[in-house]
Amino acid sequence: MNYSPLLGIGIVVIGFALRFNPLLVVVTAALATGVLAGLDLVAVIEALGKAFNDNRYISVTWIILPVIGLLERYGLQQRARAVIEGMRGATMGKLLVAYLAFRQLTSALGMKDIGGHPQAVRPLVAPMAEAAAVKTHGDLPEDARDEVKAMAAATDNIGLFFGEDIFFAIASILLIQGVFESAGYPLTPLQLSVWAIPTAICAFLIHGARILAFDRRLGRARK
Amino acid sequence: MITYEWLYALAGAAFALWALLSLRERRWGNAAFWGLLALSFLLGSHVSDLVNGLLVLAMVAIAGVGGLTRSDPPTTTPEERQMLSTRLGNRLFLPALVVPLTAVAGTLLYNYTPLGESGLFEARRETLILFGIGVVVALAAAMVWLRPPLLAPAEEGRRLLDSIGWAAILPQMLAALGAVFALAGVGEIIGGLAGGIIPGGSIFLTVVVFALGMALFTMIMGNAFAAFPVMAAAIGIPLLVEDYGGNPAVIGAVGMLAGFCGTLLTPMAANFNIVPAALLELKDQNGVIRQQIGTAVPLLVCNILIIYAGAFLL
Repeated sequence: MNYSPLLGIGIVVIGFALRFNPLLVVVTAALATGVLAGLDLVAVIEALGKAFNDNRYISVTWIILPVIGLLERYGLQQRARAVIEGMRGATMGKLLVAYLAFRQLTSALGMKDIGGHPQAVRPLVAPMAEAAAVKTHGDLPEDARDEVKAMAAATDNIGLFFGEDIFFAIASILLIQGVFESAGYPLTPLQLSVWAIPTAICAFLIHGARILAFDRRLGRARK
Repeated sequence: MITYEWLYALAGAAFALWALLSLRERRWGNAAFWGLLALSFLLGSHVSDLVNGLLVLAMVAIAGVGGLTRSDPPTTTPEERQMLSTRLGNRLFLPALVVPLTAVAGTLLYNYTPLGESGLFEARRETLILFGIGVVVALAAAMVWLRPPLLAPAEEGRRLLDSIGWAAILPQMLAALGAVFALAGVGEIIGGLAGGIIPGGSIFLTVVVFALGMALFTMIMGNAFAAFPVMAAAIGIPLLVEDYGGNPAVIGAVGMLAGFCGTLLTPMAANFNIVPAALLELKDQNGVIRQQIGTAVPLLVCNILIIYAGAFLL
């Protein structure tokens, strides 16, 4: 058997590790894989062009940008910020669990840019979590403060990753659809996105429990 | 019948408008990149595969030499936004909700009422087409309600699009890579190799290898999107779907989520793990990853069980 087409996978791995432009890496890997499998270069370019063309629906999702951008013009980000600020007053544990739920739900409804590290975590979630922890547990050492802030950032990531795939018109769902369709298995976006729900529930339970345990652990460390 | 071609015309028109607006600002790289993408959307079905391939190479060349820049179209100031958001309140979320509601409610109506027999939409394409309709409805509603300048949605969209840049077509490109892998027989090669390693016929162990492979490849590449076509071609499709008859929707959807568990564990996913550590001025660069390990590992176990149960037992 001819194993050389596997070199394409190696190109992807090395290219990403060396931080080359990912589009460049992917196209190089595609061309190399095709040529190593014994196709001539023109045929590979044709195959790539056909595959890119067949998968255009993945990039159709960007037509939502004018809607989101327009709402941002009228203060959508500021509104989201007010909602997060409304969670104030609770303990650090309750605050972060509420933010986890908010982040998962808004991402599942297609508003994944409502949170995020520069927009929400640094200005809002992390300072609020830190303040709530200090309020409940008294003054905290530097290391514990860093842990609280890191937990706020982790909560944002986990809420996003395990909420966004419930929204069907998102690149990852359509990428799955594209890969399976190319292989002869036509699926619909909704068929895929409902299967993101069990994992989303597990993520909420696991991470929510860890946040609350972390809050209790901070309290014990102070006594 | 409404088909994907209608959506492509809509998206093509949007990309063409963004190209023109970039041209007006003399951002040549942006104008060329979005212009070529507009051509792909508008004419892709009518030109040869070779022309489409050359179009791809040209776009990649522009991105590869750093031809795309962020743009800064005129918009409201932070103070104005604060004032507007106080005045408009939570109603601001409503137009954004129109999109998923239209798509989900529309899909359910279309599939579970006689509406489906009308053949209004191309088969199996109704959700994404309804998404497009939802976007148009939401945009129209927001325009009537907020009365912004006519070009505002286009300019605001361009602001967001240029902040995403070339990454906007990365998922599409990765799907194309998956197709080339399939053509070159990468799946059969790895499937053959893996068949020798995985004890014959153990569905559960194959699921474990698939999910761990997704997580590990994602950790190495820093990107679950890049890992997915590889692992799907290697194990997901040839072994789990074809040999063992698993449900492809579960294997695809939850396989991707197994990859997301890997994203939580790797400094290679700098945007999610390293940048926030810097933004929050943490002493430990890997502080965020440390807080994610305790969630990512048990969640990966959950994903393995969900794939096994959902794809093979239900």
